[in-house]
Amino acid sequence: MSVLEILSAGPGVTLQDAGRPGYLAQGLSRGGALDRLALAEGAALLRQLPGAALEMIGMGGRFRAGGPLRIALTGAPMRATVDGVPLAWNASDALPAGAVLRIDGGATGTCGMLTLGGGFDLPPVLGAVSAHLAAGLGRALEAGDSLPLAPDRGGPTGLCLPPDDRFCGGTLRVLPSLQTGLFPEAERARFEAETFTRDARGNRMGVRLTPGGGGFGLPSGQSILSEAITPGDLQIPGDGAPYLLLAECQTTGGYPRIGTVIPADLPRAAQAGPGARLRFRFVSRPEALEAEARLRRHLAALPGLATPLVRHPRDVPDLLTHTLISGVTAGEELS
Amino acid sequence: MTAADTFPRIDPLGLDGVLVRFADTLTEPANRAALAFRAALERDLPEAVEEVSTALVSTQLRFDPLHLPLERLTAELRQRLSAQDWYAAPLPEGRRLLHIPTLYGTDRAPQLAEAAALAGLSRAEAIDQLSQAALRVTTIGFAPGQPYLGTLPEAWDIPRQTGLTPQVPVGALVVAIRQMVLFSVSTPTGWRHVGQTHARLFRPGTAKPFLLRPGDAVRFPAIDRAAFEAMGAAKEDGIIAEPLT
Repeated sequence: MSVLEILSAGPGVTLQDAGRPGYLAQGLSRGGALDRLALAEGAALLRQLPGAALEMIGMGGRFRAGGPLRIALTGAPMRATVDGVPLAWNASDALPAGAVLRIDGGATGTCGMLTLGGGFDLPPVLGAVSAHLAAGLGRALEAGDSLPLAPDRGGPTGLCLPPDDRFCGGTLRVLPSLQTGLFPEAERARFEAETFTRDARGNRMGVRLTPGGGGFGLPSGQSILSEAITPGDLQIPGDGAPYLLLAECQTTGGYPRIGTVIPADLPRAAQAGPGARLRFRFVSRPEALEAEARLRRHLAALPGLATPLVRHPRDVPDLLTHTLISGVTAGEELS
Repeated sequence: MTAADTFPRIDPLGLDGVLVRFADTLTEPANRAALAFRAALERDLPEAVEEVSTALVSTQLRFDPLHLPLERLTAELRQRLSAQDWYAAPLPEGRRLLHIPTLYGTDRAPQLAEAAALAGLSRAEAIDQLSQAALRVTTIGFAPGQPYLGTLPEAWDIPRQTGLTPQVPVGALVVAIRQMVLFSVSTPTGWRHVGQTHARLFRPGTAKPFLLRPGDAVRFPAIDRAAFEAMGAAKEDGIIAEPLT
């Protein structure tokens, strides 16, 4: 059995999968990867089913391959090297046994994802291996941890996916929520016209958004009855600055919600890094359903979009050590 | 217009959720209705419904919106709602009464004085009322295994804070709007921290990871600082549970 050794890790490195549906009644939200698209992309690059991967918020760390490994790097682009040689992002690679993978921070986005060929061999707790930090389930990974890997059935490496632009903020589509009607129409219009800045305050539960102008508080906001919360909810606490709730959000809450970001836009919402600008646009339910259908078609098409990485010779530092002629293959293993 | 004219009402919750609300304030019958309606849905889950849960006076459904149109689910729910008087439904079976020893005030629960003042009570009166209140788990929510407990005397209809307390510890007993919450995790909160317990509501590695269930009755008898510290040193929570008939 192979392992991934953690030599060092940033404070926000956790194991994440699709999370734990089915425990809302017990107060446990689903949790799971902040950027589910990155989880699916990692799996597609390794030609395997989505499982658990390492989510790296802000920065990754240094990891040693306990055996020959296949890896995929997805999500927010970060600087990555293997034994000092730069790696392409949004791509899969082969690591020889003993190789040291180093992942530093990146310029945009919040979380990168490291997926391993074969996935992790860890016992699920309540049906998943995801850390749910807000619930006290699991923990952030630390230097000295050694993660057992399930056998890798093998497959191609050197595949890449087209780059995506979901790491710089932008406009998020929202549906009305339970208290949207309590906000005067002028306030809702101001909300749509406003540009928000993603605050440095944030975690896997949610992030604070600073409005350019005044806050969006409601006079009755402190005494609303607690009811169901869903990821994507834009909750307005007393100071009037919206909290955008993410994967580890609470299951119920009493602060009013001005709207709910649609599931298809949650990866973009989660990946907006500190300082990123966000805007909101109310959409109709048919438009949100169409976006959901499009997202699911995209997820289904991902494996087909993973194609061989063509590197410019200039970007291959050890070009002269490569066997350029006898390495030609029929190419079938990449199809 | 009376409550019967507007409730129960059905509203979408995001793209993949629906909320059935039985009232807009916390009442005993509406809490019963939410619990009973959820139990009935659990027994016979509509197609494409993935999960059902409750909050104080509402039942929540999560479903696949591409496989079940909202309109069809809403119609189905309306039909089920009209089948009986949910406000008169019995409470869940197998309920218990739990006694959870609590240290009120001190530096372990620093907002007792502030909350008592808002309730118009002396510190001693506040401890008397809170430690003698017969409370019920109206819902489990916000965090794993974490109960909302109702209902306190009228004086305790105090609002949440406008700002957030950055962090309260596991086992913190907090108060707002005639309710208490006992925290299962360390968390920021807008509620005021009036008591501290050794209760652990969520034990993920164990066969029964959740201590409380909706419908359980709970009391928070007062203990002094020395007893509280001794309990902590012995890694005991002092909780006594007895069946309710």
